Amino acid sequence: MRRLLTGNAAAAWGARLARADYVPAFPITPQTEIIELLAQWFGAGEMRGRLVMLESEHSMVTAAAAAAATGVRVFTATSSQGLLYAMEMLYTVTGWRVPFVLVNVSRGLASPITLESDHNDVLAARDSGFLQMHCATCQEIVDSVLLAYRLAEEPAVRLPAIVNLDGFHLSFTREPVELPPAEAAAEFLPPFEARGIGFRASRPSSQAVAVLGGSPYSYFRYETHLAAQHALEVYDGVAAEFAQRFGRRHDAVECYRSDDAEIVFFMIGAFATKAMDAVDRLRDAGVRAGLVRPRLLRPYPVAALRRALAGRRAVAVIDQNLSVGKGGVLHGELASALYGQAEAPLLASYVGGLGGRDIAPEEFFQIARELGEAIAARQAPPPRLLYTAGELRQMRNLQAIAAAERSVPGVAA
Amino acid sequence: MNAPAQAAQLTPQKFKSDVKPVWCPGCGDYTVLSSITKALAALAVRPENVAVVSGIGCSSRIPAYTTCYGFHGVHGRALAAATGLKVARPDLTVIAAGGDGDGYSIGGNHFLHACRRNVDLTYIVMDNRVYGMTKGQPSPTTEPDWDSKLSPQGTGLREFHPLVIALASGANFIARATSSDPNGTAELIVQAVRHPGFSFIEVLSPCVTFRPEQRTWKDRVHPAPVAPTDDPGRAARRLMTDDGFNIGVLYAGHRKPYRTEQSATPSSVAELEAEFIL
Ligand SMILES: Cc1ncc(C[n+]2csc(CCOP(=O)(O)OP(=O)(O)O)c2C)c(N)n1
Ligand code: SF4
Repeated sequence: MRRLLTGNAAAAWGARLARADYVPAFPITPQTEIIELLAQWFGAGEMRGRLVMLESEHSMVTAAAAAAATGVRVFTATSSQGLLYAMEMLYTVTGWRVPFVLVNVSRGLASPITLESDHNDVLAARDSGFLQMHCATCQEIVDSVLLAYRLAEEPAVRLPAIVNLDGFHLSFTREPVELPPAEAAAEFLPPFEARGIGFRASRPSSQAVAVLGGSPYSYFRYETHLAAQHALEVYDGVAAEFAQRFGRRHDAVECYRSDDAEIVFFMIGAFATKAMDAVDRLRDAGVRAGLVRPRLLRPYPVAALRRALAGRRAVAVIDQNLSVGKGGVLHGELASALYGQAEAPLLASYVGGLGGRDIAPEEFFQIARELGEAIAARQAPPPRLLYTAGELRQMRNLQAIAAAERSVPGVAA
Repeated sequence: MNAPAQAAQLTPQKFKSDVKPVWCPGCGDYTVLSSITKALAALAVRPENVAVVSGIGCSSRIPAYTTCYGFHGVHGRALAAATGLKVARPDLTVIAAGGDGDGYSIGGNHFLHACRRNVDLTYIVMDNRVYGMTKGQPSPTTEPDWDSKLSPQGTGLREFHPLVIALASGANFIARATSSDPNGTAELIVQAVRHPGFSFIEVLSPCVTFRPEQRTWKDRVHPAPVAPTDDPGRAARRLMTDDGFNIGVLYAGHRKPYRTEQSATPSSVAELEAEFIL
């Protein structure tokens, strides 16, 4: 069934096709449409289960994980400040080793306040133990929710998963989406088999978490890490099965015209589709450009990335996030994956698209030029922010107006 | 109480900034804003001695619409910010403001503790029984049968009773106001600011967009039939028969406010060390 769906509707459809039993919810722009749609479906009996509105994201994630610990299939969604407010629980519940899916609709963090997208919110959860999948299209959102459940519920993985989509660019943009038929989705994603998960009817037990010393603590944290790493292998299998059933490939790393590329754009999320367009235009102009996009960010697909980038001459990592005092997060991660590899490309770091700022085609072309120069000079350019002289002038004007207003005697006179 | 010699009283207009509110036409928050500016004028304070602190929500936009110091912060944290501010700068008049979602839901915990801590500040909640900014979801004060996209046929949950909670938690001044009476609300804000300790004003402030039926609130409100009391027991009994539309001061107590003065800080290392000698 082909439909025109927004990214938010696609996320809701993912939960519907996964037959989520329980949805703890709390509204936040730009996620709200997801939970409102699900509430309507539950209300109309089109979905069986419960959506319950909590008093905050902190309790929402806690409730999600507690419900998952009883063996029901749980879906939830949030964005930005909401994800951060839940941060304490994100770390906590990965230690519970319970699977559920949380859709995050990326939005820049305060302050200053923005409603539009960048990836600092979801990357703040990077080290929590949640698996992370990043979508570039509405189609990928529906499919990723199903894939995420398969991955999260795999007995040897048993970790919650975040499926990320960009606020506005995907959440409110309609795209044609092929919805898997309900029966086919159910075959791909059978009912959740809780197995090892503790709580069972008529068998009371307490999962009070003990306070442990460093040695058992290390053991359990590292075990979680190994489970997440194991998810890489599981993902490849699950994605292959998905491709076979539905004819859509969602490899851990997407490579677009990168096989013979000299220069490569490296990014996650919806703006990668802009990079694809730039790649096509650069190719038309005779530049051997390509795109490499990790869909799976946790676990980090090191081997696949090394393969994808071996022999490329230069890579521009475009980070829609900023680790203050360090730079782009994806750049640092990729550098560590490629360090010491034979035939590793030059790595250039660009930070762009913060708080919803666009990345224009000309900026991709400019980056391509800079990579060309870097290849000739055998030296990567210094990191920089994608920002135009015009924008800076406008900022300066605003600052001048603000300064002038401040110096007006006004009420203090 | 602030500026020395209480220089010439400013007009309410002097407390209004040039920023044009982006509220929907008819939103109750417009008149709450003018009640605040009227009250500040009547209090003869100066904008530079007032801080208006809010969370996130339509109502929480209020600080930018005043000429006072303002902080439009994080959803649910208005009271935490206001407490820090007032304790560090007891000389300022601190007003925390926001919505029912901000104050009773995600920030509900702070409400309880602000009441019991009794720091000398005023908390104004613009209650529209809905999350306005996120387009109409039920809040803790929403009626159980209110039908919304997120709660078809209602939440079925009992409402939160802000005045009861405030009284039980130790707020020192408790009142209900209505946005349909800007002068009356301004008068209540003046009393609240003057009253020592934590003052709480619940303002019925309709969300005309997502709860258009609240336009009739102006016909339902009525002055509280009895005078304010300083006896928590009497206030509690009065709340038993509260129809939610009684306007006026419910309770003005005598609890001592939280002491904001710093204890004397040791001024030398020797003095500091002396404190560690057993
Ligand atoms: C941590 C967090 N979660 C959710 C939100 C989204 N959010 C913004 S305002 C709001 C509720 C607003 O309702 P209320 O406080 O009653 O104010 P109103 O808009 O009705 O004046 C919510 C849930 C947010 N900003 N931050
Ligand atoms: S949505 Fe409701 S609360 Fe928000 S500005 Fe409009 S009327 Fe006021």
